[in-house]
Amino acid sequence: MADGSIGLWTVPVAVLGGAIRVSTPFLFVSLGECITERSGRINLGLEGTLVMGAMSAYGISYLTGSPWLGVLAAGITGALLGALHAGICSLPRVNDIAVGIALMLFGTGLAFYLGKPLIEPTAPRLPAIDFGWWSDIPQLRAALRINVLFLIGVALAPVLYWAFRTTRWGLLIRTAGESADAARAMGYSVLLIRLRATMVGGFFAGIGGSFLSLFYPGSWNEGLSSGQGITAVALVIFARWDPMLCLWASLAFGGAAALGPALQSVGVTSGYHLFNAAPYILTLAIMIITCSPKRTLTGAPAELSITR
Amino acid sequence: MTSDVADPGEAVAIAPAADPGFLQRHGGSIEYILIPGAALVGALAVFGIFVALFGKNPLDLYFYMYQGAFGTWFSWQNTLTRAAPLILTALCTALPAQLGMVIIGGEGALLIGALAATSAALALPSMPPLVVQLAMVCAGMIGGGLWIMLAGGFRQYRGVNETISSLLLVYIALAVLNHLVEGVMRDPASLNKPSTREIGAANMIGSIPGTDVHWGLVFGLIAAIASYVLIYHTTFGFAARVAGGNVRAAKIVGLSVGKLILTICFLAGASAGLAGMVEVAAVQGRTNANLAAGYGFTGILVAFLARQNPLAVIPVAILLGGISASGGLLQRRLGLPDASVLVLQGIIFVFVLASDALYGRIGFLKGKS
Repeated sequence: MADGSIGLWTVPVAVLGGAIRVSTPFLFVSLGECITERSGRINLGLEGTLVMGAMSAYGISYLTGSPWLGVLAAGITGALLGALHAGICSLPRVNDIAVGIALMLFGTGLAFYLGKPLIEPTAPRLPAIDFGWWSDIPQLRAALRINVLFLIGVALAPVLYWAFRTTRWGLLIRTAGESADAARAMGYSVLLIRLRATMVGGFFAGIGGSFLSLFYPGSWNEGLSSGQGITAVALVIFARWDPMLCLWASLAFGGAAALGPALQSVGVTSGYHLFNAAPYILTLAIMIITCSPKRTLTGAPAELSITR
Repeated sequence: MTSDVADPGEAVAIAPAADPGFLQRHGGSIEYILIPGAALVGALAVFGIFVALFGKNPLDLYFYMYQGAFGTWFSWQNTLTRAAPLILTALCTALPAQLGMVIIGGEGALLIGALAATSAALALPSMPPLVVQLAMVCAGMIGGGLWIMLAGGFRQYRGVNETISSLLLVYIALAVLNHLVEGVMRDPASLNKPSTREIGAANMIGSIPGTDVHWGLVFGLIAAIASYVLIYHTTFGFAARVAGGNVRAAKIVGLSVGKLILTICFLAGASAGLAGMVEVAAVQGRTNANLAAGYGFTGILVAFLARQNPLAVIPVAILLGGISASGGLLQRRLGLPDASVLVLQGIIFVFVLASDALYGRIGFLKGKS
């Protein structure tokens, strides 16, 4: 340990910083997936959406010089992929889980194809707000350099929680998810509701991807997302389709994902790869603990194929 | 393709077709060739348009794809070499599909199988090659089998969705592989690319005489045929298909669904684990991160395109092996990025799934009721 540093405190501070920094993509993908799943459909393709979002954000930011246009482009790309998913799923006898797997492979493949020329150049990144100005400790200041997208995500969770409960749109989405027949009887098109819910879900997931390429880690390469999208989809299941629980779970996941690099920074390098796999192990462990073979999960939308 | 090809959902609902007439008797099976075939052609057309947007001539594309995949004896051998692991990883998705399970973790079982097989070879330094190879096959299959059995067990005993858990297990397997390859199993001589020690030239399984295609292809063919016999011609396979069609019915007639799930998942994982063993013992000679080449993920596509039929997996794996074999030529001659194969695979997958809507709807094939 270097003298004058904060010693082993580096680890919890780095985990805190990680919880804030790394959690943002988890947060956006899980909130988006929460909307989609509440409407009665599961989109496993958000892994591909995340990577496509990261690539298109980086590309547009590089071409236009404006990272915020990149964020917008990522969202639109995500919404288009969501529309593709919903469009194929609305055909008769098409399985939404299988379509998700297909779009996961398609999205990553397309992103690698289109993103080939973007590995070299440097695009303008998103700015950070310095919340650590009061502190003298550089590590803490680094941890508290917070991106606006994180704040938007944090604000989005209670808004969605409120919207699901009280707004007309929230009620419609929940109706489509609980009983397609009821929504149909009320004169609404279930397919249209699910199309919109999947597009909004894709929009959020795309924005989550833009955070990866434009803020942290802040570059475009083919190893940018390895399973964060699918982890976030799993996270929705044990957050019981509750946006507020998605927020807490994303923060916990960000912290877990930051554990490996944090330990490496204080010289613990032996289990580096295993610590990097911490979010996946944590997801699996929580799913094993909280799922049950006997009853369907509380809060699960009744139309969701994955819980039946 | 035989006439008792059925998709898992309809496995129990095959009505005896008493009416005469070829279409009426075979309309169903023709559908299983015609519709995926049309999906494939549609996907190739869309990929041609996609490539044309980047200023490449689609006709050149098709020509080089054919050349790179099936044009010469050399490219045929390349294709078949790639088809071998694809057959085995496709079975990792196709077998659980008989039970109505969607397992997409073949890549993880492949990596664990490769690690287990390498460990077995390194643990038996002075044994005759045949013993070492048999030990590698057993270790690879057991390693991969137990890995997917985890996903099956989580599903059966804890109700965890097997699609998500099997995919999470891929990332965990990759982390375990990197951990071991850069840690206790590292060959100190491997500087740039951390790897295990070599299993030794004598222990490699070699090529089928007269070709450059390794014996892994034969392993794949045997596994696919054995799976077909198991699923369609044994009581066990019948029980699995009944459980896949209707779990409640299976329980009422006294089938042990849990045992079926665990056994099928073990066999599925064992198949992908064997693919890992083959990649080590016939191609790489050691374990390192190169093994995560995506065979497990392409295998998912193979299984879906083959409509989860173990026998149909063989020609589909050769077809997709050909597509990936042509990737190199597309890169050299047309300057397409290596990811273009991934894009094409993704487009094919989307088309194949969308074509599911067509079954039973094509007018002139409407033979059965």
